[in-house]
Amino acid sequence: MSKFRIAVHITPRKGLLDPQGKAVSDALHTLGFKAVKNVHVGRYVIIETDSYDAITAEEAVTEMCGKLLANPVTEDFEIESAVSA
Amino acid sequence: MKFGIVTFPGSNCDYDAYHAVTEILGEEAVYLWHKDHDLQASDVIILPGGFSYGDYLRAGAIARFSPIMQEVAAHAKSGGPVIGICNGFQIACEAGLLPGALMRNSHLQFVSAQVRVRVENSGTLFTNLYETHEILRVPVAHGEGRYVASSEVLDGLENDARVIFRYADAKGNINADANPNGSERNIAGIINEGGNVLGMMPHPERACSPLVGSSDGVRLFESILARVAA
Repeated sequence: MSKFRIAVHITPRKGLLDPQGKAVSDALHTLGFKAVKNVHVGRYVIIETDSYDAITAEEAVTEMCGKLLANPVTEDFEIESAVSA
Repeated sequence: MKFGIVTFPGSNCDYDAYHAVTEILGEEAVYLWHKDHDLQASDVIILPGGFSYGDYLRAGAIARFSPIMQEVAAHAKSGGPVIGICNGFQIACEAGLLPGALMRNSHLQFVSAQVRVRVENSGTLFTNLYETHEILRVPVAHGEGRYVASSEVLDGLENDARVIFRYADAKGNINADANPNGSERNIAGIINEGGNVLGMMPHPERACSPLVGSSDGVRLFESILARVAA
């Protein structure tokens, strides 16, 4: 077993109303960042886990996203490649 | 009839539910600790409002894995009545007992207010003492109460008459002004396919006495008694 570190990005499902992203976008416009088109606010989760190899660790984290870390109704997730920790 | 009220770490409406059941209905109620695996022979399970597990990750996401939820899910599967109120509705959705999810209110603010809901289906276990399209006054208190689901799921709920309560104005109109959180189609409460699991954001247990501004919630609990007695 080796130690791996995997980062997960969880964002509101595309097309769903994201009021938090809209509020941040409006604030950025107020600050003068007029070029900002869209903002989406999500979560960034870092998992440190023991695993036989990187692939197995990534598969496990994908399962974790489906079962707990992301809500399949309202959120999308992306997993970064596992790195040795 | 015995009501089991689940107390999660962070539940704060469990006593309101206990009060409504014991003092207003005159029925038996017990608190069920979230770490237990025993429903104590309760006939009806209430998942109360609050902020279980501090709303960490997502509202209701962690509570769903509390040990007692295995027994609650089994109770629901065998047709036993379950009422999820506010945070309890969020937990029921996260647990897959009800479809859809509750997201951050569209205006981003926590809303604590007396609102009106229209009874959409008075033929259910939970609404048989109301009239269809009757307007009820009940309070809401939530930051994440915007009901969302895919359009297929929403159409399915509508076609099966499983949308039980909708936010409405005093005349019963369903419009954006009456919608306190931006819920799809003004949905305030739904039931599952079996008709035995109810989830709703408004608090019927806090609308059980003229003293607090409304008694419209009493008949929701009485409906269960009436149906079971019949």
